[in-house]
Amino acid sequence: MSDATLPKPTAPALQKKRGRILGNPGLVVAALVLGLITLMAVFAPLIAPHDPYVQVLDDRLIPPAFVDAEMSDPRYLLGTDNLGRDYLSRLIYGARISLLIGLLTVLVSGVIGTTLGVAAGYFGGRVDTVVSFLITTRLSLPVVMVALAVVAVAGGSLRVVVLVLGLLLWDRFAVVMRSATMQLRNLEYVAAARSVGCSTPRILLGEILPNLVSALVVVASYEMAQAILLEAALSFLGLGVQPPLPSWGLMVAEAKEVMLFDPWVILLPGLAICILVLAINMLGDGIRDATAPEGRS
Amino acid sequence: MSGEARPILELRNVVKRYSVGRGLFARKRALMAVGGVSLAVQRRQVLGLVGESGCGKSTLAKMVLGLEVPTEGEVLIDGRPIASLGRLERARLVQPVFQDPYSSLNPRKTVASIVGLPLSVHGEGSAAERQGRVEEMLRLVGLAPRHAAAYPSQLSGGQRQRVAIARALILKPQLLICDEPTSALDVSVQAQILNLLMDLQSRLGLTCLFISHNLAVVQMLATRVAVMYLGRVVEEGPTAEVMVHAQHPYSRGLLASVLTPDPSLGLPETGLGSVFPDPLDPPPGCAFHPRCPLAFDRCGVEAPLLLAHRGNARAACHAAERQAMAAA
Amino acid sequence: MSTPVLDVRHLAVQIPVADGVLHAVRDVSLTVAPGETLCVVGESGCGKSLTSLAVMGLLPSTARRTAERMSFAGEDLLTITPSRLRALRGNRMAMIFQEPMTSLNPAWTIGDQLTEPFLRHGKGSRRQAVDRAVQLLERVGIAAAGRRLVQYPHELSGGLRQRVMIAMALMCGPDLILADEPTTALDVTIQAEILHLLAELQREMGMGLLLVTHDLGIVARVAHRVAVMYAGEVVESGPTVTVFNDPRHPYTRGLIDCIPIPARSRPGVPLGTIPGLVPNLVGGIEGCAFRERCAFATAPCTRTVPVSHGGDGHAWRCVLPEGVPSLLENPA
Ligand SMILES: Nc1ncnc2c1ncn2[C@@H]1O[C@H](COP(=O)(O)OP(=O)(O)OP(=O)(O)O)[C@@H](O)[C@H]1O
Ligand SMILES: Nc1ncnc2c1ncn2[C@@H]1O[C@H](COP(=O)(O)OP(=O)(O)O)[C@@H](O)[C@H]1O
Ligand code: SF4
Ligand code: SF4
Ligand SMILES: [Mg+2]
Ligand SMILES: [Mg+2]
Repeated sequence: MSDATLPKPTAPALQKKRGRILGNPGLVVAALVLGLITLMAVFAPLIAPHDPYVQVLDDRLIPPAFVDAEMSDPRYLLGTDNLGRDYLSRLIYGARISLLIGLLTVLVSGVIGTTLGVAAGYFGGRVDTVVSFLITTRLSLPVVMVALAVVAVAGGSLRVVVLVLGLLLWDRFAVVMRSATMQLRNLEYVAAARSVGCSTPRILLGEILPNLVSALVVVASYEMAQAILLEAALSFLGLGVQPPLPSWGLMVAEAKEVMLFDPWVILLPGLAICILVLAINMLGDGIRDATAPEGRS
Repeated sequence: MSGEARPILELRNVVKRYSVGRGLFARKRALMAVGGVSLAVQRRQVLGLVGESGCGKSTLAKMVLGLEVPTEGEVLIDGRPIASLGRLERARLVQPVFQDPYSSLNPRKTVASIVGLPLSVHGEGSAAERQGRVEEMLRLVGLAPRHAAAYPSQLSGGQRQRVAIARALILKPQLLICDEPTSALDVSVQAQILNLLMDLQSRLGLTCLFISHNLAVVQMLATRVAVMYLGRVVEEGPTAEVMVHAQHPYSRGLLASVLTPDPSLGLPETGLGSVFPDPLDPPPGCAFHPRCPLAFDRCGVEAPLLLAHRGNARAACHAAERQAMAAA
Repeated sequence: MSTPVLDVRHLAVQIPVADGVLHAVRDVSLTVAPGETLCVVGESGCGKSLTSLAVMGLLPSTARRTAERMSFAGEDLLTITPSRLRALRGNRMAMIFQEPMTSLNPAWTIGDQLTEPFLRHGKGSRRQAVDRAVQLLERVGIAAAGRRLVQYPHELSGGLRQRVMIAMALMCGPDLILADEPTTALDVTIQAEILHLLAELQREMGMGLLLVTHDLGIVARVAHRVAVMYAGEVVESGPTVTVFNDPRHPYTRGLIDCIPIPARSRPGVPLGTIPGLVPNLVGGIEGCAFRERCAFATAPCTRTVPVSHGGDGHAWRCVLPEGVPSLLENPA
């Protein structure tokens, strides 16, 4: 009976996965946009037509062609800001800062939150009590206020912003990982791994973590978007990244004085933040859908 | 049981109590999941453990696997207390096959890495040797080499259960614990898995604790059968004896409720009702007396002991005792 | 036979999936007379549940249903209006699902859930609804029924929940009950009790019962007639006694042989099995769908297999001229 019980060859898993990814237009668009922004950020020095820091005081507030064709200058594709710096170059360099802050913050908060959440979910008992207390404490702190206060005291810089946001944004990681781990812990394959003699670290890394990845991706994308927005807000208030660094939030802040006469100055960085955040969120959702293990067949 | 060779598995008066909260403000109460079980499994024997849902079968299995610690009593494997065994040592002695083939395999791993995991945990052989043993094992359980690269979601329930069996056998354990390995499967797939286990049993001489709620399934494999009710063993003996001359009314009810494909028989009268008692509040005396068709006044007062009344089987029942005395 | 409560002819259900169209139900014809139990039996994935969902009009929204005829107590289910169908559902035809936990609402008490269909279909006052609920709960063997009404589903055991589901299905006194594997999640002892209960209530109330299961052991004990499904088709149907004593389709024989029987099956003596797996139904199938697993397959099996008829309504879809012998070494 043994050999006859084989099924017909199943569709190769890879092909199926590819189908799921390509069948999700949101995911494809988000990935393309994000890829583009990342390339821009990485190769900024090669792509940017001008030095983003050089001020040409004669060329202040030149509008881009699509705003005012007559006033525009072909050297400055997206015009210049009120200090005469090339706006396109500043936007391109700004992508670096946003992505860097997003990634580093998620790294810090992800490591903290995942460690706490997985430990609480897997070990339960006293560990869980302590972690739950930490989560509650953290949730009782207003993120923006604390960030403002700390940055105001410690001074704004990229490093301070990353650390502060990283230490503040781990709660969602912890909450999600805790409940997901609790569910996984009770599954029979974890019991099987224990019976086979796996050590606890091996079970956590080999059996639990791989099954947390899709949840992790979703939370990470959400938190990354959150961090980028918060950085923009802090910089806008003058407490984040300091000038002359071309942070998008800072660019919005610098533009607010001239907003009434030249609204495009504020629209461009605002739009950039919007697109980036939207793309990250869509990518997170899409990856979750595409990587969820298939249901019972 | 005779004092032949040292049993592979021996349970000595094993008790497991959980403390459970009832509602938000009520005090925690003790739930006796397993209430003093003593059993032994000899080498190359299969002990079938039967009973209704919630009677403590899985809890017992978990204690034998070292996944739960008994509140009282001792679990001995090959004569050594399980508490004294290291993680790896224990794994070489006992391995499980669980009920739900959908949750017992990690969905993110391929069949090859699932079946090969025990070898790599125990650092056995080179990568190539391990691969060879995995393939050999897959063949043994009736899977093709190409299944090695498949993910669990690409397999049917029966095939998944074969993978779980392969994983359990690859370390050549002394004792296999099967906790309802077929109750999540269709009857037709159940037959395939039972045949496979029977085949492996005769080829490899497995020692096995086989758990099920269906006596007809258990009898396919078991040399001896133990019937559990509300945390206690109520009857234990050689399979043929229990199947043919069950002494405990509960065992007879279990037997009667097996539905054989015979249209000339109607639905059986089990006489059991279906109200499983609350394990937080077990009935006094014989725990079975509220459902027992033979209950008499003594049953509500005094708990019967597991004693040999006839042949090689033991039963915990006052009526069986009375009958045996009358016959003597 | 009196006019059937349920009459389904040539039902087909297609579901578009990632790699094509899944022909989940290909050709199913069934009738259930009042007071009759019809069992639909087959392996997991053969389309049993979709068949019962198709009758209830509860198919997933992507599924496409076609049939030559589908009528319930004289009403045409193919052209029925949604509001009329809602008036039938839970009222004159009721369904019992496999997993009572997922079909009972965890946020509602048992009492609310029992009385809801009764009140919704305007069968009487709240007082009458509660009285009927208590009466039915007692009828299905739940002690202290009055007290149970205020409990939530999670406070009941699996067996009790399934009884509640049965009581719920009976609230409006239906003409037809569709029970989809009502005992698969339960222990053997409770299974026997629940089936008893269903059979008794059905006799008492003269309902039609369509019972879906994968276990021929159940079929033998409760069914008047049986329809064996394979790969979306009914491959054999007829009166239970005839089908069991003289199975004409190798698949039916396989399903009978794989059941372990106390005192007959013995350690070391293998059970009969049906080798292989259910075929993939995406894109449809030519010829007998069972031929890759059939020990008797021959050339004619690759072409469309006609339905053969015996006496007393026995019908099968197989080219074999005579019945199928048991392949077991020691048949009973
Ligand atoms: N971790 C736990 N905490 C509290 N009670 C538990 C726990 N595990 C099991 N129990 C209780 O112990 C009793 C025995 O449970 P067990 O899982 O051993 O039953 P079983 O015989 O395996 O049933 P089934 O046939 O449903 O698998 C039950 O009443 C159950 O509710
Ligand atoms: N909503 C759905 N979408 C896609 N396929 C489905 C859906 N529901 C059922 N199927 C498929 O239809 C076939 C028959 O399903 P079902 O009727 O549930 O089988 P069973 O006989 O086990 O009750 C199976 O192959 C199943 O995977
Ligand atoms: S001791 Fe009494 S109640 Fe218990 S099984 Fe025997 S006769 Fe029944
Ligand atoms: S038609 Fe042919 S393949 Fe199909 S069941 Fe009959 S003999 Fe087997
Ligand atoms: Mg169990
Ligand atoms: Mg189904």
